[in-house]
Amino acid sequence: MADLNFPFVDPPRQDQFQSCIKCGLCLDSCPTFQETGRELESPRGRVQLIAAVARGVVPLQAPKVAQTLFSCLDCRACEVACPSGVPIGSLIERGRAQVVGWQAAHPDLHGERSVSTTTRWAVTYLLPNQRRLRRLGWVVARVQRLGLLSGPGRRLLPKAMRAMAQSLPPLSGKETSPPEHTSWSSPNPKKKVGVFLGCVMDVVFGDANQATIRVLDKNGLGPVVPQGQNCCGALAIHAGERETARKMARRNIDAFLAGDLDYIATNAGGCGAALMEYGEWLADDPQYREKAEIFSKKVKDVAQILETEGWQVPRSVMTEVVTYQASCHLSNVMKAGAAPVSILQSIPGVQYKPMADSARCCGSAGIYNLTHPKMAEALLRRKMDDVPDGVDTIVTGNPGCWLQLLHGVQAYHPGVQVRHLVQVLDDAYQRESSSP
Amino acid sequence: MKAAIQHPMESSVLAELARVVGAKEVLVDIEERALYGYDATIHRFVPDAVVRVGSLKEVCDVLQICRQAHLPVVPRGAATGLSGGVLPVRGGVMLDMGRLQRIREINREDLYAVVEAGVTVERFAKAVQETGLFFPPDPSSARASTMGGGVAENAGGPHAFKYGVFRDYVLGLTAVKMDGTVVRTGGKTVKNVSGYDLTRLLVGSEGTLAVVVDATVRLIPEPKAKRTLLTAYDRLDDAAASVSQIIARGMQPAALEFIDDASMRVVEDYLHLGLPLDAEALLLIEVDGSEAEVSRQADEITALCESLNARSVKVASSEAEAAGLWKARKSISSAVARIKPSKVSEDATVPRSQIPAMVRKLKEIAQHYGVDLVVFGHAGDGNLHPNIMCDETNQEEMGRVWQAVAEIFAVTLELGGTLTGEHGVGTMKAPFMQWEHGEEGLAVMRAIKNAWDPDHLLNPGKLFPEDAPPWPVSLEPWESRVKHRGTSWPT
Repeated sequence: MADLNFPFVDPPRQDQFQSCIKCGLCLDSCPTFQETGRELESPRGRVQLIAAVARGVVPLQAPKVAQTLFSCLDCRACEVACPSGVPIGSLIERGRAQVVGWQAAHPDLHGERSVSTTTRWAVTYLLPNQRRLRRLGWVVARVQRLGLLSGPGRRLLPKAMRAMAQSLPPLSGKETSPPEHTSWSSPNPKKKVGVFLGCVMDVVFGDANQATIRVLDKNGLGPVVPQGQNCCGALAIHAGERETARKMARRNIDAFLAGDLDYIATNAGGCGAALMEYGEWLADDPQYREKAEIFSKKVKDVAQILETEGWQVPRSVMTEVVTYQASCHLSNVMKAGAAPVSILQSIPGVQYKPMADSARCCGSAGIYNLTHPKMAEALLRRKMDDVPDGVDTIVTGNPGCWLQLLHGVQAYHPGVQVRHLVQVLDDAYQRESSSP
Repeated sequence: MKAAIQHPMESSVLAELARVVGAKEVLVDIEERALYGYDATIHRFVPDAVVRVGSLKEVCDVLQICRQAHLPVVPRGAATGLSGGVLPVRGGVMLDMGRLQRIREINREDLYAVVEAGVTVERFAKAVQETGLFFPPDPSSARASTMGGGVAENAGGPHAFKYGVFRDYVLGLTAVKMDGTVVRTGGKTVKNVSGYDLTRLLVGSEGTLAVVVDATVRLIPEPKAKRTLLTAYDRLDDAAASVSQIIARGMQPAALEFIDDASMRVVEDYLHLGLPLDAEALLLIEVDGSEAEVSRQADEITALCESLNARSVKVASSEAEAAGLWKARKSISSAVARIKPSKVSEDATVPRSQIPAMVRKLKEIAQHYGVDLVVFGHAGDGNLHPNIMCDETNQEEMGRVWQAVAEIFAVTLELGGTLTGEHGVGTMKAPFMQWEHGEEGLAVMRAIKNAWDPDHLLNPGKLFPEDAPPWPVSLEPWESRVKHRGTSWPT
């Protein structure tokens, strides 16, 4: 369905933006408003701009419509701050698709497109296909080994990607994904858990996926890795490519609903949040609408599953000072709350130092740091200012944040490690079994 | 792909403004201007340009330019108002004060602070608290709303019950008249009887007399202890009676808030605090003082409420729990949008003893006009917030809503109250000003306006009935009831 002023499919819905009463309580939660102080760069401004387009006051093609819909980090802090319950994230995603639709319908138009050809290629060609992505991972691993990303060779890359490329951890280039049936240490696990591998997580941080499986198994939660799963589609939906995102969603739903699973476990806040919103993406698909709802209800972050089902407190002692950077999606959409911190604090010897305003976006926001390097850098700097003194490790729960934080510590806190929560817990378990 | 919309302002004026504040602080594109034409009411206009000022000098220069060009100017903080106070009803220039972000001084010896207009109330209050002092006014919008806005609207909040409103804290102001001249009012002392009290005149003048650039405000020591109580009632009337009794017996909690069942449900839906959803009304009460005083007050209030059929009285066991309850209270005004997409918020205020009568009248009005009305607010001040939930696109429903609002105002005045306790007159109450002040009162106000802003360029369309957008329905049915109130005060 489309309407007069939003001529493409899936327009921002009136019932979604009408419930914004413009109270302004979202303003100070928004990182881009905090940086600029401009209504245009605020959640209220973005929602009201969508309403203004719908009412015909502002034309869809007005340049700042595209600019501000795409300058949103999609961190969803505003949704938590909004007492009226306005689905701001969904409105912006739908608004972006309208902008992208308009730009695609006007190929002769001058000026920059909101989604670059490279990004479009990545989200519609590369990410939906895990084989292609792994092949790219293999290539990057070779290039890294030749020292091309850290040496002068990195000049070949676009400017925004250079620093990122340098802080990219060494890729193995090998198949990191575990087989469908991992062996369980307990023959009758109390719950059966489907593990979602993700795209970046799979290629860049495969270790975290392995750790997730071991941690689940250790706690009597039988992990399986459903075949046929693919990228969650978050990056596609953020880029306004709703049809591609829906295709990926359907594939994941088919893959995971085939098995009789109690949970679908994610270890990436961004992916988990996307999986939880499949119902909204597929609301107009009669074949998948209900399946999507069933699927989404099973989705939990690994920390949340451990919180609900209980976890074994490791017996080994680690001497590590850690802080925790909450992924925006993990806290604002998945509402993981204090679960990750409770897990960290349960590890003997771990000293936890809270990070101020931990749920404020670090600037990663999917590929925002590549598309909006200036804003991303400003937010990263603020994030790095908030890292408590004397910390050995920043713990996080999302690959995007992980990459961004790696980039950040390299520049501002050399020597500080960045690790995933499950890696820290897995490590503690491993030491336990290796020490008598 | 520039939007093909002709800009209404002369380019030479825009160039002059850009010279003063820098080109990037003058916003002229329709997609950006359109976002500076609303506040938290349901009305929308579009200013011709937005100018984001960053210093006193810039304010002076911008006002001078606008006066020469005969352009209306509307000062704006965060546009969180509920009375239409920042609506650019005549277009012109929206003067965004958001860049004035400095807390210039917090003086612990003389107990005052100097703060610029664009600082949010919450940020300021927190900075004050970090020095061990207390700035009590706490409007629910404090997270977003600015000190300049608080001064202009004479904002209040829950703590007003014990500690008063903005007016009671502002010692002095730096303000700019429409002709660009700077007026410094008051000073840094609590006592000051030097001439007319221009400070108090400007506080609550809604940006119609001058643009407030910074304020010197009084601070007080922070109370040593505080406690939050939540009492639940099966009957609304018992909650209202408890309010009257707490006041009549001379108890002085720091805040005494009323929450009806519909308000409670929406905020529970938002925050999931486990509020007693089957109760008909709640009172949220804060007591403060020394540790001993706090305990004594909490016990007294508990006993009193229980004797008046409170179903339960719960004392928050931790700071976090108390903070959760206050967050709930302060979210209600926005959370009510979960009922219906639009709302008309009122803050009609009656003498405290009339709270039970007012609550009853509001229920009758809701029923008579068939509107969805929820009630919450600062019961201790006699300052309730009846909110009518509606759908602004439904013409028939809106007709009944506007009638119900007129009836609320009439009843409020009949009970000896005022049109607005803390939201301000703006556009939304201007048509009723004559009911409260009579022609004589309005004539004095007009004379004051003429003295400060003879061209009527500063925030036009507010306060005065002849200036404001007309009320959407005829007020004739009420006129005979309230018309001569201004001259018929008991002597």
